[in-house]
Amino acid sequence: MKLYEYESKIIFKKEGIPIPESYLASTPDEVEKIVENLKKEVAIKAQILATGRGKAGGISFAKNPKEAKQLARKIFSLKIKGFEVRKVLVEERLFPSAELFLGITYDLSQKTPVVISSSLGGIDINEIAKKYPEKVFTLPVNMVWGIQNYQGKLLAKNMGLKSKDMFKAAGIAVKLFNIFKKYDCDLAEINPLILTQDGKLIAADAHLELEQEALYRHKELEQLEIPIRKDSPRIPTKFEIEAEKIDKIDHRGVAGRVVEFDGNLGLLIGGGGASLTIFDAIRYHGGKPANYCEIGGNPTVKKVKELTKLILKKPGIKGLAVITNVLNNTRVDLVARGVILAMNELDIKPSEYPILFRSAGAYEEDGYRILKKYKIKYMDRSYSIDQAAKAAVEMISNLK
Amino acid sequence: MSILIDEKIRVLVQGITGREAALFTKYMLDYSTNVVGGVTPGKGGQTIHGIPVFDCVSDVVKEFGANTSIISVPAAFAKDAALEAIDSNIELIVIFTERIPKKDVVLILDFAEQKGTKVIGPNSLGIISPGKSKVGAIGGPQIETKKSYMIGPVGIASTSGGMTTELANLLTSNEIGQSTCISVGGDPIVGMTFRELLPLFEKDIQTKTIVLFCEPGGTQEEDAARYIIEYSYSKPVIAFIGGRFVDDMPGMRFGHAGVIVQKGKGTAKGKIEAFKRAGILVADTLTQLVDYVKESLS
Repeated sequence: MKLYEYESKIIFKKEGIPIPESYLASTPDEVEKIVENLKKEVAIKAQILATGRGKAGGISFAKNPKEAKQLARKIFSLKIKGFEVRKVLVEERLFPSAELFLGITYDLSQKTPVVISSSLGGIDINEIAKKYPEKVFTLPVNMVWGIQNYQGKLLAKNMGLKSKDMFKAAGIAVKLFNIFKKYDCDLAEINPLILTQDGKLIAADAHLELEQEALYRHKELEQLEIPIRKDSPRIPTKFEIEAEKIDKIDHRGVAGRVVEFDGNLGLLIGGGGASLTIFDAIRYHGGKPANYCEIGGNPTVKKVKELTKLILKKPGIKGLAVITNVLNNTRVDLVARGVILAMNELDIKPSEYPILFRSAGAYEEDGYRILKKYKIKYMDRSYSIDQAAKAAVEMISNLK
Repeated sequence: MSILIDEKIRVLVQGITGREAALFTKYMLDYSTNVVGGVTPGKGGQTIHGIPVFDCVSDVVKEFGANTSIISVPAAFAKDAALEAIDSNIELIVIFTERIPKKDVVLILDFAEQKGTKVIGPNSLGIISPGKSKVGAIGGPQIETKKSYMIGPVGIASTSGGMTTELANLLTSNEIGQSTCISVGGDPIVGMTFRELLPLFEKDIQTKTIVLFCEPGGTQEEDAARYIIEYSYSKPVIAFIGGRFVDDMPGMRFGHAGVIVQKGKGTAKGKIEAFKRAGILVADTLTQLVDYVKESLS
């Protein structure tokens, strides 16, 4: 779960990482009032869950309340990477003598957290790594031990800091790792970490991403007024929202993780790796999927039925492919039953509708018996996913 | 021969009284796996399918010499269960549980490395050495396991549990058997990866060809490719990558927790290129995969 900058800074403040004096505002009038009280030059920063707001005009500096209000009005009217700006952070303006980078994430290959520091902050670290790889310092850290002071010092030295500043930055690195571990972060980043002209080290920006799987054990977020939510890289379509509702009917199995596409072949496919394989195979043979989905973990008949209905009702659908891997857990008969019930409820005659069914594994004999009864042709384990996908594509292209 | 498991292993089931674990315990027994005991804290003294249940792992190790554990407990208790198994000198741990936070996984792997314990998973469906034994839910009920898997020369390692059985079934339908098939787990961080399994397959006399099922996300494939080049790997490796379409949809998570392409990293395209540089054949379709495997064996 990505946190807004202001949420990350709530955690920074609690855990002792210095941040600028900072207030949250929802209207230009509120911004004006904050600046009147603050009596300082300010930075006004759009609060969105995407990077690159600076380039998009989401950050402005103002000298007085009136100017701040005007600039805030502009920022509130922006739409950055699809996100509307609903809140801005108003902060005392910092005057940097250096902008630095400090970040922590997982190295999936080394299976350990890594801390990254650089003397070049303020821009995307991946860009820096491409252009100036020698300026990016990487240090794997043991999860049990955390960052020791000597490692903090090493990180600070590689930001180009000396003497007092080096010790200060080392302390911030230790604290940032404590946050990373305590809050189950996927990512904890300060970019830029600013050394001000009067010698203070302050986290000008703050970016935390918490691991979805660990949110259950972070009840403290509620007290910090950080609401738990689901990240979405794009706004889900109506079709996808409906599918998500179906998946929530009960807790058994998955039938509803759906992504909408604009093709004519409806897909009821599973499980995790097999769905990826089947979707690729459909496209490889020239088919146009109307959707991606995953069924797995032995979902209930009701969930399969509702998901099938949703797919069959989608405008432009010409046929349905029900394809799974050889199942270890999900039952073939339950999938078959769900599909047939859906067709009954929609008054579709299974024997007359373009449908391809390929599944095998748990309870396959029961499944095949039901399919035979309703005169649905099926493929068993002697046909591969690839052959089934090809047949589904041909089924659609042979329609008049 | 085979790798990781054979007919001699002595298996412990952690979380044996759970619905799924009880079920696959039966399937393991049906497949003649030597299951010696189960553990569910607080439920010591019960039996499940005739297998005695204990409160602590050390009891099962002391009494029956358990050396392999399959862990199927709720995610919140998985770290404790794994650390207990490692501390009790279990040699191989297979973690079936999914959705374990990364921090816990890293802590488990860190302790396992200190003690020299092998870890498969989390989010692994299990391991099977056809004709010898199986650990976990892999293959499902006995009748299905016997249809999907047969003894033979191909080793399979897969990030997807479902596709492990699918690929084995595909080979079996073509009368090609398997040595050992491993569902390595679909999470971003797992214990033994392709790179760590390849050397075991290389030493195994039974294994002639290795098939890898891969997905976008993570670095397993690139790491394996680098290993193959660096150590001049001697056996043919054939790869199949599911989810090539994910490259076009950055930031979106598909299927397993590890399947995500971010900032141009973890793409199927990148993995295919890395494999090709290492001389690994990458099949475009499953039909082609079978052809490649046949060629490698002839």
